[in-house]
Amino acid sequence: MELVNIFVKSIFVENMIFAYFLGMCSYLAVSKKVKTALGLGTAVIFVLGFTVPINYILENYLLKEGALKWLSPEFASVDLSFLSFLMFIAVVAAFVQLVEMAVEKFSPSLYASLGIFLPLIAVNCSILGGALFMQQRDYPSLAHATVFGLGSGVGWMLAIVFIAAIREKIRYSHIPAPLRGLGIAFILTGLMGIAFMSFMGIKL
Amino acid sequence: MSIENTTATLAKKEKEALFSAKRRKLITDPLNDNNPVTVQVLGICSALAITVQVKPSLFMFGGVLFVVTMGNVIVSLIRNLIPSRVRIIAQLVIVASLVIIVDLLLKAYAYDMSKQLSVFVGLIITNCIVMGRLEAFAMGNKWWPSLLDGVGNALGYGLILVLVASVREIFGSGTWLGFQVIPQPVYDLGYVNNGLMILPPMALIVVGLIIWIQRAKNTKLIEAN
Repeated sequence: MELVNIFVKSIFVENMIFAYFLGMCSYLAVSKKVKTALGLGTAVIFVLGFTVPINYILENYLLKEGALKWLSPEFASVDLSFLSFLMFIAVVAAFVQLVEMAVEKFSPSLYASLGIFLPLIAVNCSILGGALFMQQRDYPSLAHATVFGLGSGVGWMLAIVFIAAIREKIRYSHIPAPLRGLGIAFILTGLMGIAFMSFMGIKL
Repeated sequence: MSIENTTATLAKKEKEALFSAKRRKLITDPLNDNNPVTVQVLGICSALAITVQVKPSLFMFGGVLFVVTMGNVIVSLIRNLIPSRVRIIAQLVIVASLVIIVDLLLKAYAYDMSKQLSVFVGLIITNCIVMGRLEAFAMGNKWWPSLLDGVGNALGYGLILVLVASVREIFGSGTWLGFQVIPQPVYDLGYVNNGLMILPPMALIVVGLIIWIQRAKNTKLIEAN
């Protein structure tokens, strides 16, 4: 039950885009068509669903104070948490590279549709943000962290598909020239964010 | 003949003044025509989340200024040693090390601020401005122009950050940098702070309006439909 709570919460209440503005760069750049938005969204779910648990394992068995106790009791006071940024970003970059190579080898058709987005994801703030939130919130088990990663990814995909659908619709609307493109996308996201705030009252 | 020409231009380049017009442009361009946030659409993630008040956005600006400038200088000094296949990871490691320095400094000297900025200090690593400038400028230029480019882009970023934060703090809490701006008599007349401004989505709308104003003045930035 607790896992379902975390899942729903990370999709709606603590949505990566509307509550924390993470991954905005690619969100604005790749939201002109629904189809490409869907592709990038899937890739983000996939990468978040894997990197958050990997980073969770690293954090709890390597970096945190006392995390090295399994190696030998004398390491109980070693605190490597200052290295966490470096470790997390290395994991994300390496994982993205690995996924790119695997997809290219085993499923060229998927690579053709997803390939261009994969390198973009290495510097997508929502991926590193997921790892850092996981560290900050100190989830009690690997399952919690995995569910949180997947939920955040789903929330991010929902947001980018929504905005892409709206941007497709308004292409023929009469928008003031200076507001066209980027400006209106910002304001739309803001309005959607206000709508998503109505989920905040939900207690799970 | 052509060799003479190239050596001549090379010599001319060497003699180019430290702050020639072209180099001054590296700093002034990102402030308006090529602003990293409103024109290049980079680094928005952090620009929005920490702009409820002016003070955290100034700290954020300081952090980004340090990371962008130092990152640009370091990468441009070692750019010929980095194999191009692994350059992204090499750049990420340099940036991450710089961000760790910023994070530890904040924790040591401004602990409250470090708590308030929370994960967004770490997210400077994936701030697209940093990676974008490393990739687009520092990989192909000498260290001095790279340094200027870094300072210019950080200034452009900081400008938008402080603008958004000022609007939100003045209308949202009636203060600026912690000082009372809207006088007490106005409140007595029935003026109420606009609570909406403190909510996260308003940051997006304020940036949208800033883009509107900038493009209305600078018509060459308007996007084709």
